Amino acid sequence: MRHLLDFSGWDRARVAALFKTARAMKEVLSRPIKTVPTLKGRTVATVFFEPSTRTKTSFELAAKRLSADVVSFSGSSSSLKKGESIRDTLLTLAAYGVDAFVIRADAAGVPHQAARWLDAAVINAGDGRRAHPTQALLDAFTLEEALGDLEGRKIAIVGDILHSRVARSNAELLGLLGAEVWLAGPPPLLPRRPFFGARLTARLEEALKDADAVMALRIQKERLSGGRLPSEEDYRDGYQITEDRLALAKPGAPLLHPGPLNRDVEIEGTLADGPRSLVLRQVENGQAVRMAVLYHLLARRAA
Amino acid sequence: MRFKARVMEAPEIARALSRIAHEILEATQGGRDLALVGIHTRGIPLAGRLAERIERFEGRRPMLGQLDITLYRDDLTELEHAPVVRETVIPFDVAGKRIVLVDDVLFTGRTARAGLDALTDLGRPARVYLAILVDRGHRELPICPDFVGKNLPTSRKEVVKVKLAETDGEDAVELWERP
Repeated sequence: MRHLLDFSGWDRARVAALFKTARAMKEVLSRPIKTVPTLKGRTVATVFFEPSTRTKTSFELAAKRLSADVVSFSGSSSSLKKGESIRDTLLTLAAYGVDAFVIRADAAGVPHQAARWLDAAVINAGDGRRAHPTQALLDAFTLEEALGDLEGRKIAIVGDILHSRVARSNAELLGLLGAEVWLAGPPPLLPRRPFFGARLTARLEEALKDADAVMALRIQKERLSGGRLPSEEDYRDGYQITEDRLALAKPGAPLLHPGPLNRDVEIEGTLADGPRSLVLRQVENGQAVRMAVLYHLLARRAA
Repeated sequence: MRFKARVMEAPEIARALSRIAHEILEATQGGRDLALVGIHTRGIPLAGRLAERIERFEGRRPMLGQLDITLYRDDLTELEHAPVVRETVIPFDVAGKRIVLVDDVLFTGRTARAGLDALTDLGRPARVYLAILVDRGHRELPICPDFVGKNLPTSRKEVVKVKLAETDGEDAVELWERP
């Protein structure tokens, strides 16, 4: 594995190997001293052309836990001249001797482009609506912790499916792991065609019925234009995950959310803090999974 | 790789472990605050066998742990693929303990160095010892074992293979040679 851009070319064995490393990283994170010297002397750059505090923090901490040096660059790509200037930014950073670039961009394909421009490893930290592979990895890791093998498990993903790279990457990865993925949301927020073999429905009940786990997505208000979205109230009425609706799923089915949560919009407030919520576990596992990704990409001879 | 000789059989391995168990008990005044930590892979069953003997001899079972040193290796930038990281399980506080690191073969000393770093990241033991089934020489670091099953002079082309029932189906130490 040279880069982590999406899951093309992945098989179950690669996921299993990465998760094994992630479990070892969780043990490291449970220690009083949470740092190991593994990537001493390596440099990781986080380059965010679209703001994200959480993913950036998670990656930077993950790199620091492994003793890598971290540099970060934030800028909106709208203030940059697209194409040439993104490339210039990356090449400038590369001249500092960066070994891995963690790239977030609001335009799909930027990390793939970067992988062609750079000798360093490239990790996609979210590109447009296209992919967010480390989020999917931490979700699948958390689901496996809760449910065991995901083969044949029904996973319901609810919310703004159309604009969601989290939904896409999860459908791809969970599908690869043998899960039956259902994507549910209001019709204007559903894609025309399903992706990665997932099932698409506007009927929430159909997706929730006997689900082994439920994942609510953030409503990306900032991405919507032209008033296609039902009002917040309509969304709540139709698609908020409530205690009653969750009762349609299997007893005890866990609830996930990639964060940041719009409280009392996607999920009923009491559920978000309740015993079935794995939201904080996702954050914790995110750090371990990102450590595992950095380890697999960097703890070896540079290509 | 060419097979050269079997240098230890099961009874010799058993006798060496019994002797080491006695030596550990002597050095630690009967095993007070004693913990045995096996280094992946074959240090783990060896530590288990030593613990079993110590319990038999002294009626007190030492604490047991297992250590993976992969994240502490000094050759990670020279490898083709990132090596598999295995589980570290230290179910006790290492502070103030007398800890015996256990491994099958001592060669360059780099694994032992990594083991010391890994261990001291978990706390401050009172004392750390090193117990080894086979010391084959060729140290590249100032590391010296406290307890040794067998000293085996080797050439650098030779490979020492320790086989244990738990991991390999039989107990033996074999000498092989690289082309």
